[in-house]
Amino acid sequence: MNEKTMKASRKWQTIFFILLIIGMTLASSAITGFNIIHGIATLPKAGAWILSNLMITQESLERLPTILEKLLETILMSIAATTTGTAVAFFLSLMGSKTTGTKKVFGVFARFVASASRNIPVVAWALILLLSFGQNSVTGYLALFVGSVGFLTRAFIESIDEASQSAVEALRATGATYFQIVFKAVVPQCMPQMISWILFMIETNIRNATLVGILTGTGIGYTFDLYYKTLNYNAVALVTFSIIIAVIVIELMSNYIRKVII
Amino acid sequence: MSLLQIKDLGKSYNSDAKVLQGLNFEVESGEFLSIIGPSGAGKSTLLRCINRMVEIDEGKVVFDGQEVGKLNKKELRKVRTNIGMIFQHYNLVPRLSVIENVLHGRFGYKTTIQGVLGRFTEAEKEHAFFLLKKLGIEEHAYKRCDQLSGGQQQRVGIARSLIQEPKIVLCDEPIASLDPNASKVIMDHLKSITQELGITCIVNLHQVEIAKSYSDRIIGLNKGGIVFDGPSYRLHRNHTDQIYGTQTQATPEIRELIMV
Ligand SMILES: Nc1ncnc2c1ncn2[C@@H]1O[C@H](COP(=O)(O)OP(=O)(O)O)[C@@H](O)[C@H]1O
Ligand SMILES: [Mg+2]
Repeated sequence: MNEKTMKASRKWQTIFFILLIIGMTLASSAITGFNIIHGIATLPKAGAWILSNLMITQESLERLPTILEKLLETILMSIAATTTGTAVAFFLSLMGSKTTGTKKVFGVFARFVASASRNIPVVAWALILLLSFGQNSVTGYLALFVGSVGFLTRAFIESIDEASQSAVEALRATGATYFQIVFKAVVPQCMPQMISWILFMIETNIRNATLVGILTGTGIGYTFDLYYKTLNYNAVALVTFSIIIAVIVIELMSNYIRKVII
Repeated sequence: MSLLQIKDLGKSYNSDAKVLQGLNFEVESGEFLSIIGPSGAGKSTLLRCINRMVEIDEGKVVFDGQEVGKLNKKELRKVRTNIGMIFQHYNLVPRLSVIENVLHGRFGYKTTIQGVLGRFTEAEKEHAFFLLKKLGIEEHAYKRCDQLSGGQQQRVGIARSLIQEPKIVLCDEPIASLDPNASKVIMDHLKSITQELGITCIVNLHQVEIAKSYSDRIIGLNKGGIVFDGPSYRLHRNHTDQIYGTQTQATPEIRELIMV
């Protein structure tokens, strides 16, 4: 194929895909009864409503201490869920990795646990756990914990597989024991990536914690829900604003830590 | 009795075609032995059968009077402390310092806890520095390994194997990733290991000339079988042709493999 015909065929491919996407959009909105034109038309109105109602006022600022307290509680819970999840994920990933796995059964078990806990959304976990643990902070913690274990196990397995094969072989050949190999070859090699994933998990958990809190009636999610249901939209705005600030601060902090360790 | 005896050794991965078949040879203490052969001949597999990094399927490997294939986990670890290993890609922990990597060679002598906590005696540390000095990389002791050149990293690998105080060192293509100058430095160090310390060396190589000039003895491997075994001065053109399947003695299918 020469250059000209290749360019032409690429052009047709692009056109084909654009048409396909337009077609799929039209088809799906027809099926679900979603009207794009109507949606776009209400945008200005929605914007005006947000501007007039979601204003942080002097009166809502008085609630700031309570909000901050709840926010801190939520952040701490997210961190606790992440750190305990990390400990469990670390051992599961040792079992699941090709480099450090000892028995096939353990590997299958680890990957099954990881994919089961990862592929069920955290909100679904919260709803499931609500049934057995009721509306309290344990439920919220457990939901985040389960999600963290799933995600981190998967991420750790990849880091271990990728990073340490050759050093593991060398240490095995010197007669080192399993845990000497893990802590002196695998861990030093994977540490930066693992820390990076842990920080990412903390960020994700803080975002998820709000949603989970609405369901389990704890933390900042509960505060949000409370003001929302009592139509105190100014306070809702303040809560939202403080969550956004918290997430940004945490993100900046973890970016800084990443830069230092790598 | 010889330090190492290989008897009717056979090996296959995934029960496919045999990678090694009916190997028989003995290695004496203080010998410098090179194993040459085309890639895929089974050189790496043979070395890894000696310290059982891969399981032995048939026959036996007797090292220092012990049958390696019959050892339990603990005994195997003990035997491995007497077998150093050097790799083509050095296999260091790149993020750790040179001295830490050298001390890794002592783990076989320690309990798990001592190893994990990094408890090393003064004597061990002194020994590590002594080896680094001997290998000419003392000034890099506290650098991270990934900041060293290939030749320097391989010297760290040699120090790691020597601190084990081994009876034998297995080298799997130790100079395949190095330039000629660094290669010479490494080969000279390996040679002095046998000459000065009396440690046996088995070196997989693919450069016939280097094998001939450094080793006492050469084993030529082709398709998992020994086609030459003798003192290096006896290795002639017709042998290498047979080992690498390049000329008259080569069967047509081997020639095809080379062409591909
Ligand atoms: N871990 C393994 N699993 C399956 N096959 C392997 C493995 N290692 C080596 N082999 C195969 O065994 C044969 C010999 O390999 P190897 O011992 O690495 O030869 P050499 O070191 O002489 O190049 C090759 O055909 C290779 O594909
Ligand atoms: Mg090889």
